[in-house]
Amino acid sequence: MSVELVSYGAFFLTIALTYAIMCLGLNVQWGQTGLFNVGVAGFVAIGAYVSAILTTPATESHLGGYGMPIVIGWLGGALAAALISFLIGALTIRLRADYLAIATFGVAVVVQLCALNLEPVTGGPFGIGFIPRPFAGLAGSPLAFSLLNLGVLIAVVAAVYLSLERLVRSPWGRVLRAIREDETAAFALGKNAVRFRLQAFAIGGGVMGLAGAVHAHFIGFVAPDNYVPILTFQVWAMLIVGGSGNNRGAILGAVLVWGVWTASAAAISVLFPPEQQARAAALQIVMVGLALCAVLLLRPRGLLGEVRVVSRYLDPSARRFPAQEIATDARKP
Amino acid sequence: MQSANRSATTQTDASVVEARDVTMRFGGLTAVGGMSIALRRGEILGLIGPNGAGKTTLFNLLAGSLKPTAGAIRLGGADISHEGPERRIARGLGRTFQIPRPFSEMTVLENVLTGGQAQAGEQIWSNFLRPGRVAAQETAAVDKARALLDFVTLSALEGEPARVLSGGQRKLLELARVLMADPDILLLDEPAAGVNPTLLEFIIARVMDLNASGKSILLIEHNMDVVARLCSRVVVMAAGKHLAEGAPAAVARDPAVIEAYLGDVA
Repeated sequence: MSVELVSYGAFFLTIALTYAIMCLGLNVQWGQTGLFNVGVAGFVAIGAYVSAILTTPATESHLGGYGMPIVIGWLGGALAAALISFLIGALTIRLRADYLAIATFGVAVVVQLCALNLEPVTGGPFGIGFIPRPFAGLAGSPLAFSLLNLGVLIAVVAAVYLSLERLVRSPWGRVLRAIREDETAAFALGKNAVRFRLQAFAIGGGVMGLAGAVHAHFIGFVAPDNYVPILTFQVWAMLIVGGSGNNRGAILGAVLVWGVWTASAAAISVLFPPEQQARAAALQIVMVGLALCAVLLLRPRGLLGEVRVVSRYLDPSARRFPAQEIATDARKP
Repeated sequence: MQSANRSATTQTDASVVEARDVTMRFGGLTAVGGMSIALRRGEILGLIGPNGAGKTTLFNLLAGSLKPTAGAIRLGGADISHEGPERRIARGLGRTFQIPRPFSEMTVLENVLTGGQAQAGEQIWSNFLRPGRVAAQETAAVDKARALLDFVTLSALEGEPARVLSGGQRKLLELARVLMADPDILLLDEPAAGVNPTLLEFIIARVMDLNASGKSILLIEHNMDVVARLCSRVVVMAAGKHLAEGAPAAVARDPAVIEAYLGDVA
């Protein structure tokens, strides 16, 4: 196998895994708790911008940079997104699902408009460049560079996955699922639904912020155009394809949908003449939409369905829901 | 099982939970208007009345799902009018719903486990910092939940999702789930409605068992035969108000009660 192919494979997987982190964040909110967040792009953007501001070298063109280590940037991005999620959640978490969706969509639009117009802080339409990349010293050796970056991403995804598994497959996660199933009954059993929903919203937002930060450091720049509603659509498609409520499904869905996205981009560049390609790019969204429809028809619970038993302390022979079972649940979009 | 309900009522007359002169208005509709009711320690009190009398609204006021427009709810001497249901269950006041509300996609066992109170594993940090304590508590909770499933004869279904249960089994599951919280006071909303005669006998026996174990029980029930067998005392509600009170047989003969059920009270 040629070096280029391996490098490209590593590059592809690295990007896909940044989406996997976003997807894991959404899974805490929607998959576990039933919180309908359609402003994913906004929370990702917050993490990306905060990390960029913290880690870039000092400049006149935006706030900072403070030249901090990359790890500090990532943690800062995640914490900032978690904190802002908490504050937004404190205002909106009591809303019913459809109203929460409108509110979170509004948040994403506000974040994107702030990124575009708060030029002294965010660099405005030009965004922030020169974001330090991990192992930048190895850029001369593409293979080592891409493999090491992939290694970092695998480690981050593994850490997020293991932490979330520990958390959601516990009595805490069981309460989230109970709230998702019937908030009134959970409340009558002494579960303060608002508190749990707020926790899930903040943790999910923080994970999305971490994803944004990691993504920004891998591609090396942030710009308002990166954080438009199409990103939210992609992450939702990934979660539904992989299996809402299943963390492994979230990761699998991210890799598969990102595969569909990049393969259709490659196909468009081959099949369409250059002057048509900008318009043909819309077909990428169509292809992801088709994949989504196919999965919803054939496996309504996603490729890896939700594991029925929540608590990891219970019998590990947790059976999955039959994949072909028709979802009668109105929550499924 | 001996009829422990009658003997238990003689222990003391102290009320464990009471509504004092409560009113609940929904816009222009007064569902409950100046109603008082007191559940005494150790008794099984029946709450009956025609459809639309306000029984379930009163229940929701006692359980905390609704906050009274006026009047007070007192539990063990404390005014809990403004506490939500999540606080009241911590005080030992548990309720079931007229139409059972299982967590459909969760297993029967985990439905019951969700009823556990003050579990360390429900705190985010405990899962990382004190995993041993979480595991120990969860193991104990699983044992207790299995015993409760045994009590309501649902053990064989513990691994099934709650949505596969029949209507009667859902009522039993809901009973086990609220018992997981160890309530001293149980509010049961039509525990025997719509179940087959065998299950009806079973539910009556279990309610008597619970009462014999010291729980004070307030139940809404339309089946007068069930009320007569279970309850030492009955409160009749009509049009949101207290209409009559007394032993089941006496209440059933009360002309005002008969008129409320059969006549035109509107």
